[in-house]
Amino acid sequence: MAKVLTSIGDWIGERAPGLAPMYRKHMTEYYAPKNFNLWYYFGSLALLVLINQIVTGIFLTMNYNPSAAGAFDSVEYIMRDVEWGWLIRYMHSTGASLFFVVVFLHMFRGIIYGSFKKPRELVWLLGMLIFLVLMAEAFMGYVLPWGNMSFWGAQVIISLFGTIPFIGDALVQWIMGDFLPADATLNRFFALHVVALPIVLLLLVVLHLAALHEVGSNNPDGVDVKHGPKGNRWSPLAPVDGIPFHPYYTVKDLVGVGFFLLIASFIIFFAPTLGGWFLEPDNFIPANNLVTPSHIKPVWYFTPFYAIVRMIPSFLGSAIWGVIAMFGSIAVLFAMPWLDRGAAKSIRYRGTGYKVALGLFVVAFFMLGAVGSGITAEVIPAWFGNVDVTFWENLFGRVMTAIYFGFFVFLWAYTTFGWETTKPVPDRVTTHD
Amino acid sequence: MANEVVDHGRRRFLTATTAVVGGVGVVAAAVPFIKSWEPSARAKAAGAPVTQSLAKIEAGQMITVAWRSKPVFIVNRTPAQLATLPLVDSRLVDPKSDGSSADQQPKYAQNEARSIKPEWLVLIGICTHLGCVPDFVPELKPQPFDPEWKGGFYCPCHKSRYDIAGRVYNGVPAPKNLPVPPYNFIDDTTIQIGVDPKGAV
Repeated sequence: MAKVLTSIGDWIGERAPGLAPMYRKHMTEYYAPKNFNLWYYFGSLALLVLINQIVTGIFLTMNYNPSAAGAFDSVEYIMRDVEWGWLIRYMHSTGASLFFVVVFLHMFRGIIYGSFKKPRELVWLLGMLIFLVLMAEAFMGYVLPWGNMSFWGAQVIISLFGTIPFIGDALVQWIMGDFLPADATLNRFFALHVVALPIVLLLLVVLHLAALHEVGSNNPDGVDVKHGPKGNRWSPLAPVDGIPFHPYYTVKDLVGVGFFLLIASFIIFFAPTLGGWFLEPDNFIPANNLVTPSHIKPVWYFTPFYAIVRMIPSFLGSAIWGVIAMFGSIAVLFAMPWLDRGAAKSIRYRGTGYKVALGLFVVAFFMLGAVGSGITAEVIPAWFGNVDVTFWENLFGRVMTAIYFGFFVFLWAYTTFGWETTKPVPDRVTTHD
Repeated sequence: MANEVVDHGRRRFLTATTAVVGGVGVVAAAVPFIKSWEPSARAKAAGAPVTQSLAKIEAGQMITVAWRSKPVFIVNRTPAQLATLPLVDSRLVDPKSDGSSADQQPKYAQNEARSIKPEWLVLIGICTHLGCVPDFVPELKPQPFDPEWKGGFYCPCHKSRYDIAGRVYNGVPAPKNLPVPPYNFIDDTTIQIGVDPKGAV
């Protein structure tokens, strides 16, 4: 048996001599820093969720009907009549939310350890593109069940493009293929969601990993192991503080996968809507083009960005300012490698100003989420009684928006004008023996 | 042949012109795909006028009818509601509907009540911010979102407020007044939405 397998391997190796070296380059001879911590689980978990979304998504398309008349019923058919359909659908819907959980944590890891900095700018930019495509993918997926929140979410998000002067209205009609979200809109979103965007997403993931493996992984000390001393157990040329990705980090990641699946299974089996956070109650009502849900809000992962749209009032007869601010809040992340010019990469060796600013940024991000998801609209009257809710909510949301953008302005000034006092960065990772 | 001198200028010119012609071809080939996203002939044909009887709409009541698959609000306004219109002028973006909202209604509805007959308000019920359907909140009493509420429309999506003539308040995300569709009265109790009155400009 072993002989047969070896000869098959040899047969392939002769005809595709590039395969084995490629496997070694990216797995057994990809030397990653040996001091990865908890934060380094989320990249591989994102890949796991991506595979989950693709597999469950393929099986959902087998019973889903992409038409305004049939979409809602076909989703209920999957939930009730298709064997195990409920599980496949909940794996997909929970996977979507958990995708954003791991991606947000993965991005935050990049920020605190300076993984976006030279020489990894391209890795960061490709990652941000993945984030953008993921948001489009998630939005279009949310429209497909054609519940009332799907419908009005589509209406609001597409209308964002209607605020562009002169061409806005025509652009909105072009995107919808009708005067309101309709059959045409649903069909094209289905095509984009299941074919076009997944292809783009997979391509970007391959490029993201290729760009990473070219420069090598960063680590919690922000020290480039490639530039340190050479020679380890496996190779005299490999970095002394590097260990082979396979088997060391594949095994480590499997532990993370175990924990992650435990949490995911709990949600899928016991709380698939997560109290309205992963699947909103209004989306269990069929789409109705004459009635807006009374509390319209996007799924949780869009709420901070949605809050920014809401907080910017219109002026000069145009509502585009809020839309610019919302897209700006994502665009500014692309510029991170050029905004943060600090000498130290990792938060471990950075100045106090940086840590305080980052803390405020995280608070502002969560508070914007609270505004966008309608929590502040409930909390303000409950805590402060009969006050002008709109006034206080707007004030609060605008302060948080200012902090969100202020972080990037501060970061640039702080690192450009030399206000930051860093601690000495070690030559090697701190956990070497 | 072999001894011929390579004319690099000629080669560059040919490469450039080939690339340009190829590029034009790609753009031309993209046009049908981009145009295929426009509303189809079937979607456009669904925009026929709608006729609605007003006989059963009580004073102060609103009904919603669908025209071009959009919600159209028809409100039978009471004299008390009409009396609130001048009171809120100072809090509105464009109280006379002649500034930023000049194109939000036909000429024949460009007046304080934004209607042909003052009591009958006809609006396209789509918020000018991002297209939600505002709620009808006619009560003349303080609301959580506005302690000095004089009745009107409130959008649940982004908290935009409009008065009882669909005029937008200051300091909300919506930039313009709610649009008035073309409409006319066939007789005293029948309205036709989608067609201008006879002789209207």
